[in-house]
Amino acid sequence: MVTQKSEKTESSKANDAIIEIVEMHKWYGDFHVLQDINLTVNKQERIVICGPSGSGKSTLIRCINRLEEHQRGKIVVDGIELTNDLKNIEKIRAEVGMVFQHFNLFPHLTIVDNLALGPIWVRKVPKKEAEETAMYYLEKVHIAEQAKKFPGQLSGGQQQRVAIARSLCMSPKVMLFDEPTSALDPEMIKEVLDVMIDLAGEGMTMIVVSHEMGFAKSVAHRVLFMDYGQIVESNTPEEFFENPQHDRTKLFLSQILH
Amino acid sequence: MEKANQIKKSEVIKPPVTHVGVIGWMRANLFNGWFNSLLTIITLYFLWISVPPLIRWAFIDSLWISTGAECLQNDGACWSIIPANIRFITFGFYPYDQQWRPLVAMALLIGLLFYSRNRDHWKKSLAYAWILGLFVMGLLMKGGLFGLIPVETAQWGGLPLTLLLSVFGLTAAYPLGIVLALGRRSKMPAVKTLSIMYIELIRGVPLISLLFMSSVVFPLFLPQGVTINNIIRAQVAIILFTAAYIAEVVRGGLQAIPRGQYEAADSIGLSYYLTMRLVILPQALKIVIPPSVQQLISAFKDTSLVVIIALFDVLRTTQTVLSDPKWMGFSAEAYIFVALIYFLCCFFMSNYSRRLERELETGL
Repeated sequence: MVTQKSEKTESSKANDAIIEIVEMHKWYGDFHVLQDINLTVNKQERIVICGPSGSGKSTLIRCINRLEEHQRGKIVVDGIELTNDLKNIEKIRAEVGMVFQHFNLFPHLTIVDNLALGPIWVRKVPKKEAEETAMYYLEKVHIAEQAKKFPGQLSGGQQQRVAIARSLCMSPKVMLFDEPTSALDPEMIKEVLDVMIDLAGEGMTMIVVSHEMGFAKSVAHRVLFMDYGQIVESNTPEEFFENPQHDRTKLFLSQILH
Repeated sequence: MEKANQIKKSEVIKPPVTHVGVIGWMRANLFNGWFNSLLTIITLYFLWISVPPLIRWAFIDSLWISTGAECLQNDGACWSIIPANIRFITFGFYPYDQQWRPLVAMALLIGLLFYSRNRDHWKKSLAYAWILGLFVMGLLMKGGLFGLIPVETAQWGGLPLTLLLSVFGLTAAYPLGIVLALGRRSKMPAVKTLSIMYIELIRGVPLISLLFMSSVVFPLFLPQGVTINNIIRAQVAIILFTAAYIAEVVRGGLQAIPRGQYEAADSIGLSYYLTMRLVILPQALKIVIPPSVQQLISAFKDTSLVVIIALFDVLRTTQTVLSDPKWMGFSAEAYIFVALIYFLCCFFMSNYSRRLERELETGL
């Protein structure tokens, strides 16, 4: 815990922006889902985004790798601005890993093939090397013995760990987590969070949409609270939980912290 | 503990005799209530009056090798019509002394198909084998090289023609159908509209009219002196027709793939082409194996419609034999034989599709 704290301050000092979102807006038809989002994420920074459902938090991180398109403002990831240029989008997606609520593993491929797919076809790594990398990351998420199985034969927690390893195989600069534990049974949440905490310890830049407040407290540098498509509050976890500024934040926290 | 187990063992209660074995099965399936019993008895009666005469006709009173005249004296089936005319039924008007050539070509084709059944054999070398095989088959059929006498395509007929039309029709129609299905789901309006128009136009027209158009209308648009082979035109019509149906089948499979799969593929940076090839199509095509095979079987049988543009496929050569005065009146036997050929091919297709489904099962 102590080491984590000291590392936290260290990395937040390193003032290297990897994601810059400036005055970004998004609409679904007439519905204004994201309003005037301004967010800068530094290298090695870990951000947890929380907020009621429908507040736009998933949409926000999905804009970062262009799974959703924004209509106004600017998003710059790793020095590349997101426009309609397909080549740029593919480049950014290769650098930004994403973990989904429902894992989204490829059911027709074995676990190791799920992991090796990206490196082989996007990074043009030789097959053998890609499989070795895959096994390395499977070891890391403690699931190497399942390498030859298919996703359908694994539990939810195992699948989510595979999904994390699949993203890591692309050696991403940023990892996005879209409610990674909310589709899991309670006893499986911990195994996934443990993997994410390990990842944080290694200095990965992470943006996590989650309601796991324990995780936010121990790992995040910053906690964002979103409501009605706006970032309402942004603060260090200590301040955020002990001294929330806005009424909406207070209400939200009172509802989820018992 | 052991004792308890022993006691249990000796006390194993067997189900009543009336619920197991042959008697149990009959009770459950044939005589389950008065209505089912009645149906069973009626069915048995009809089997009793129809099956023995059929067996007598087909196997006991039948003649296997004889002339047509001898057959007329006989009550049973005249299977002799098949061996006596097998070469015409199989090869049509292909020159009699050259008929070993289509025979070898067919053997090669069937051999390649059988070898390709095993997915472990799907390697680059197999693709080369197919290319070489197709070249050799073409050479054998057409001749004109290496001292083989040239044979006009107008003389091609019978089983080689049926296989040619169906194997190439189906293998070309499937990829085209996939492209059309992807086109129909495309975000590009022009591609989408064109695909929809193509699919709906072709689906709205019977195959017969497409075949007529390919043989009658299409040549009108060609410049003078240019002719395109009749078989190729029929082949193209079959491909275009089948592709439209395959496209809709494949589209059904594409729609069954959850959005998360696209997003996962996107999120690791796969391009559209790679997403489709590596993630979406393998899953979608697996889902649509049963309806695809249904479509392919139906297209295979539809190749017999080429008779209307004067191509002599295996059904037509059989009919021609029946118009021979020596063999008139034995159409049942001849048609049963042709039906058997069609059935065998279709049976292999559906059998293979079940095998593929088993092999591709991954538990999700």
